Amino acid sequence: MREDVADFTIAHEKAQSFYASYERKGELQHQTHYCPGCGHGVIHKMLARAIDEMGIQDRTILISPVGCSVFAYYYFDVGNIQAAHGRAPAVATAAKRSRPHSVVISYQGDGDLSAIGSGEILHAANRGENITVIFVNNAIYSMTGGQAAPTTLIGQKSTTTPCGRSAANEGYPLRVSEMLATLEAPVYIERVGLGDNKQIAQAARAIKRGVENQVKGLGFSLIEVLSPCPTIWKMSAVDAQRWVRDVMEKTYPLGVLCDRTKEARVHAMPAAAPPLEELPRLLDIPEDDPAVDVPEGAAKAVDLQVRVAGFGGQGVLLLGEVLAEAGLDAGLEVSWLPSYGPEMRSGTSNCHVRISNETIDSPMVSSPNMLIAMNEPSLRKFVATVRPGGWILYNGDAIPADCVRSDVHELSIPFTHVADEIGDARITNMVMLGALLEITGALPQASVDSALKRLVKSARWYELDERALERGREIYCGSLAVI
Amino acid sequence: MNAQEKLDRGLLRVDEAECKGCGLCIEACPPKVIGLSEGLNHYGYRTAVYAGRGCTGCGICFLACPEPGALTVYRAVLKRPVAVDRTLGGQSAGGGMACASN
Ligand code: SF4
Ligand code: SF4
Ligand code: SF4
Repeated sequence: MREDVADFTIAHEKAQSFYASYERKGELQHQTHYCPGCGHGVIHKMLARAIDEMGIQDRTILISPVGCSVFAYYYFDVGNIQAAHGRAPAVATAAKRSRPHSVVISYQGDGDLSAIGSGEILHAANRGENITVIFVNNAIYSMTGGQAAPTTLIGQKSTTTPCGRSAANEGYPLRVSEMLATLEAPVYIERVGLGDNKQIAQAARAIKRGVENQVKGLGFSLIEVLSPCPTIWKMSAVDAQRWVRDVMEKTYPLGVLCDRTKEARVHAMPAAAPPLEELPRLLDIPEDDPAVDVPEGAAKAVDLQVRVAGFGGQGVLLLGEVLAEAGLDAGLEVSWLPSYGPEMRSGTSNCHVRISNETIDSPMVSSPNMLIAMNEPSLRKFVATVRPGGWILYNGDAIPADCVRSDVHELSIPFTHVADEIGDARITNMVMLGALLEITGALPQASVDSALKRLVKSARWYELDERALERGREIYCGSLAVI
Repeated sequence: MNAQEKLDRGLLRVDEAECKGCGLCIEACPPKVIGLSEGLNHYGYRTAVYAGRGCTGCGICFLACPEPGALTVYRAVLKRPVAVDRTLGGQSAGGGMACASN
């Protein structure tokens, strides 16, 4: 530094909104991880300066994406969230809605925003979220080594378009800003470039405006920045800058694509979520909670991990639901997880139920201590997963020889015949549930009754189900007598 | 006096540890007063070096540089007679005038 520097005042220096040093691995804590000449650094500086100038550092939340800018949180001394691939606008939406006073800036590259995240950005823009989006377009997937992105130019070579992108093979470059500008909600969309000094100065103004719009509460702003990627483009930094201005700009003309800031009214925040206490009323859940008192002695350790499996239409999900709701009424922790999938369309369906007096760590039941198999395919599918010492309730005369296990209990009965005798094969599920309840003894009948009443509206079916449950209990007790 | 006036308007400091030698500042600087160093820094980059005179303090290099802290641009405070005195080597009246007309 020159000795006469005392006569000078600082005109431009590292923005306040950057950390003094970047606490990342290794010794490179004073420089960014970006390649020399990368546009991300320039855009970061503009953004940080805008934040400084507006005095909003303390209430800014930056959403980092997946891509080269994934580590933006190492640099910006603001609130930071790192989003999954493509999801930055959705995460930004949540942040903004839960903290309306914050200034939320979503930062994404073109791979992240225009490919996997195309849905998220489209809908965030269409909802007119009061957020600011910085969209860094360098026409390529950079972090993973240069595959074609939706934004890759016609003729541009990439690892996945080695002969150059052609419209016939890969389609046309996606002009995201133009597309979003057709929507009604966005207030401000501008495309800028980093091709020369003039463009850079304009980019800085646009970024600041985008943030300002949000501070004023005007709604959704997006600034697309054509940005050099010297490494993947295999150019010097200066040539890459020139390429932005001489080549990229032809496909992506710079300029304002939509500006409704003048007529925009202060963005109405979406209605706040109702308070928790309101939910039962909104969901039409009766005020007089039918929960029953947990009888003496019921506080014993309960850890039911039930897998219910059968064909679609056999009442698999309802069986699980009644069980879980009864657990709820008994004051226990419960989870009920239907296993949806193409198999639900025909063939087997199943659900996971957990009931415990402890907090439940996962709703998944991969090794049940109770398997209800309503038919043979379901038995075959899950028999090996049952825990030693657990139970198998099988709807059939006997477990097929090749499925027999010596280390688990089993109760094999053609429950469907029993249901038929009571009056309808469709209550097989409840007969099996009755047996299960009797085996475990974990849930008081009163809680089962109240759960059933809630779930089964028709009086006729309720009455049938109650009889089925009762028969199920008797069958289990009877099977003990036989032994 | 013109050369001296130029010398006074701005000053550039390059942080060697942060500069990656991309050359964008060199390209951006209107009066072309930035060059590349002969030697390499700790990370093996030739870094930007300020020629030592002619900076106008415009800040364009600062905007073009991708590293948040690599460059600091200073601007001369010509309003303070003392400062003018020292930097202009006694030509306080001339320096002061030049500033006033800026
Ligand atoms: S690969 Fe490209 S976009 Fe990624 S850091 Fe390097 S220059 Fe920047
Ligand atoms: S401030 Fe302006 S004149 Fe001074 S070195 Fe930077 S670009 Fe050149
Ligand atoms: S632009 Fe920045 S990183 Fe590049 S050479 Fe100049 S000071 Fe160094």
